[in-house]
Amino acid sequence: MNQFDIYLSGVGGQGIGLLSELIARAIDHSGQRVIGADTHGLAQRGGMVASHIRMGQTVHAALVGKNRADLCVSLERHEALRAMNDFLKNEGTLVYYDALWQPLDVRLAKAKQVENTEIEKEARRRGITAIRVFEDSLEEARMQNIVVSAVICKNSLIPGVNQNHFLLAMDDLMKGKMLEDNQTLFQKMVEKP
Amino acid sequence: MKRMGDFLLSQDPVSEIVIGNTAVVRAMIETGVRVVSSYPGSPTPEIANAIASIDVDKRPFYFEFSVNEKVATEVAFGASVNGHLSCVFFKSVGINVAADTFVQLGLMELIGGMVIILGDDPGANSSQNEQDNRHYSRLSYIPMLEPATPTEVYQMFKEAVLISKEKKMPVILRMSTHVCHAKEKVSFKAMPQLNHSDEPLFSPENGPYIPLTSKALDMKRKALQKWAVVKEISNESAFNVEERFQPKKGFNADFKLGKSKVSINIDTQKDQKRGIITAGVPYLSLKDVLEEVVDKPDILKLGFVNPLPQDKIIRFLEAHHEVKVLEELDDFLEQEIKRLAFEQEIKVKIIGKMDIEDWIGEYTPDKVREVMAKTWKDFPQPVAEDQEKPKINPRPPQMCPGCGHRSAFYAIKKALDATDITVADIGCHTLGALEPYNVGQVLLCMGHSNGTAAGLSLLNHKRRVVSFLGDSTFFHAAIPGIINAIYNNHNHTLIIMENGTTAMTGHQEHPATGKNFNEITQKIPLRQVLEGLGVKDIEEVDTYSQQKLTEAVKKGMDKEGFSVIIAKHPCMLKFTRDQRKAGRNTPNPVHIGDKCNRTYECISEFACPTFQLAPDGSVWVQEDLCIGDRSCMQTCPVQAIEPTAKRGASHESI
Repeated sequence: MNQFDIYLSGVGGQGIGLLSELIARAIDHSGQRVIGADTHGLAQRGGMVASHIRMGQTVHAALVGKNRADLCVSLERHEALRAMNDFLKNEGTLVYYDALWQPLDVRLAKAKQVENTEIEKEARRRGITAIRVFEDSLEEARMQNIVVSAVICKNSLIPGVNQNHFLLAMDDLMKGKMLEDNQTLFQKMVEKP
Repeated sequence: MKRMGDFLLSQDPVSEIVIGNTAVVRAMIETGVRVVSSYPGSPTPEIANAIASIDVDKRPFYFEFSVNEKVATEVAFGASVNGHLSCVFFKSVGINVAADTFVQLGLMELIGGMVIILGDDPGANSSQNEQDNRHYSRLSYIPMLEPATPTEVYQMFKEAVLISKEKKMPVILRMSTHVCHAKEKVSFKAMPQLNHSDEPLFSPENGPYIPLTSKALDMKRKALQKWAVVKEISNESAFNVEERFQPKKGFNADFKLGKSKVSINIDTQKDQKRGIITAGVPYLSLKDVLEEVVDKPDILKLGFVNPLPQDKIIRFLEAHHEVKVLEELDDFLEQEIKRLAFEQEIKVKIIGKMDIEDWIGEYTPDKVREVMAKTWKDFPQPVAEDQEKPKINPRPPQMCPGCGHRSAFYAIKKALDATDITVADIGCHTLGALEPYNVGQVLLCMGHSNGTAAGLSLLNHKRRVVSFLGDSTFFHAAIPGIINAIYNNHNHTLIIMENGTTAMTGHQEHPATGKNFNEITQKIPLRQVLEGLGVKDIEEVDTYSQQKLTEAVKKGMDKEGFSVIIAKHPCMLKFTRDQRKAGRNTPNPVHIGDKCNRTYECISEFACPTFQLAPDGSVWVQEDLCIGDRSCMQTCPVQAIEPTAKRGASHESI
């Protein structure tokens, strides 16, 4: 793999950090070079958070360039549109969990809520493959990131990274019941028709 | 599960994916650092997280969060003059707090060695400015190294220690935000055998350490003599690396990054050759941009940003007919490089900053693409933005669901007149300045609020003034301002937003919590300190008691003179995390009952992010956000916010 750029986004508190670490380690387990960077600090308090993952031998900076991501991963609907707008290249892939955490302007009725149809329309216009993820049976919102990682794995959205690499990455990052619950959920989602 | 603490202590060589802030801790351990101190501030607090991952009894050095950056620097200094290798780390603007102490360090004989890690923040990602701290290096005759990647962080920290111990002088490691937070796989070497001595070696004979009268000038002379030696070290350093993309005839040397000492044999026939001098993150961004450039200029990548490797720079300038100095923030390298070219009478075109925008923001690959497009026309030129993209408003940070500060601002606003002046300070409560609260209209830095409020109250007979403070900031830098308010009879009201932690930077302990980084310790309650200082008028209110808080603020502001209200409620983010860790569920979320008449008080005035506005104008509760704190229930004029017996609806079914 020469170069593959992934941009992840969501709202502070959604677990973008863990998802990013999981993907970076899965790439590493696949034997490919990976670099990246996360958002820390102030922005995490309910603001937009982003994480950058870059793989391949020809990547240098930790940050993905605007309109250059091959894959955007988002954990919230508004942030999915923003990620697609700002970072995703035409013909790229967007996968997003359809959580709805309205930004202040939407709550104050100063801006319209983003609808899924808007994301679909824009994706069509730019030749983007948009994958909406929503799992009604999921009781724990903090596991939405695992559901998304399973969808990424199932659709082989990251070149050379398979289910085994994700499971090994989980082994690196979690233990006990958390590991068990997340791996079970991950496998259930991967096998889901 | 891989434990960070395990690989940080690994005796064998180990490779691990880490951020720069973790890599530097391994370097501390390998070099035998004995004392580390800090005050939390982005982008550096994860250094402490890495330290915390090592059990206290296995930790090879002492670590503390000091009360502020100045004290932290003094702690590290004291350890060093006693013979112990020490390290202090803090954020960019932290050096302003430490400055009075910091500028003396270069004059001192630091017999144990001392490294200062500066977390600079180009782009002001989490700081009140993006000041270029390379100037501090020049100001204080303290050498500065600048890594670009976590691997370089690890290597350059070790280099900094070598110089510091040998020359008995401090060395700065400047790590900018996306070096601190960049991650990559770093190969750590085997742990060396280290022999420590706890023998206190301090002696005035090692100094002098008292910079009185003429001694101060002698000490400066010594500092400058050391500086001259470090210039030579910089000249020889393999961290200043040349990369040639256009090898000349007979030129075969490989100039890749690393510590190999390849003597540079530059062909001085320069014809039409272009070069770029750069350092740190801008170097990496440049490399990305160069992937798209056919005629690649040569690069001189600096690891030493002060003092510069003069001979290498001179040779590089001589070998090129046009040299771009690519650096983020100020024209720090540019000035020095132009001076060198002038002194050496080198005929070369040096292209530095071209317009104001070149001085602003982080040099990400996108930014460097813009800067280089202006510099040379064969570089990728900007493409027109796709105008058809849908517009989307930004998502600013906000207080968390259940945050005590939200209740506080909601209640305080009711006590304020439109003409009152509100003085913000640094912490999570700074977010009160944002919509819809708009409480907090002016902010300088940590702990400024009481001094600024005092000034605003002078000659002012019409508008009342209220200042804010967080509890960690209270100890950090606010006490002199409070004493000043009492001493000089100033007329304003201080509201201390006490949440029992240093929340913004990741919930570090502070002197009022009864714990330090390592152990249970004596509590220093805010109220006692205030009473001890002589504040007569102190009210303490839990912020969830909104009406009481409104009354307390009204009462305080009606009084002449200085009064203090402690508006307290524990940080609910920390509280809910602790609850979950203990295996306890948060209470059920609230819901909107039938009584709702769409007054929108919950959305427009209280503005907990839990309350969402459906396209049909109804209000619904995002249960993934609600922590069941119920602080919102009292805000609804028709009591439509109700507790829920069990979890249920999501937006899918609404």
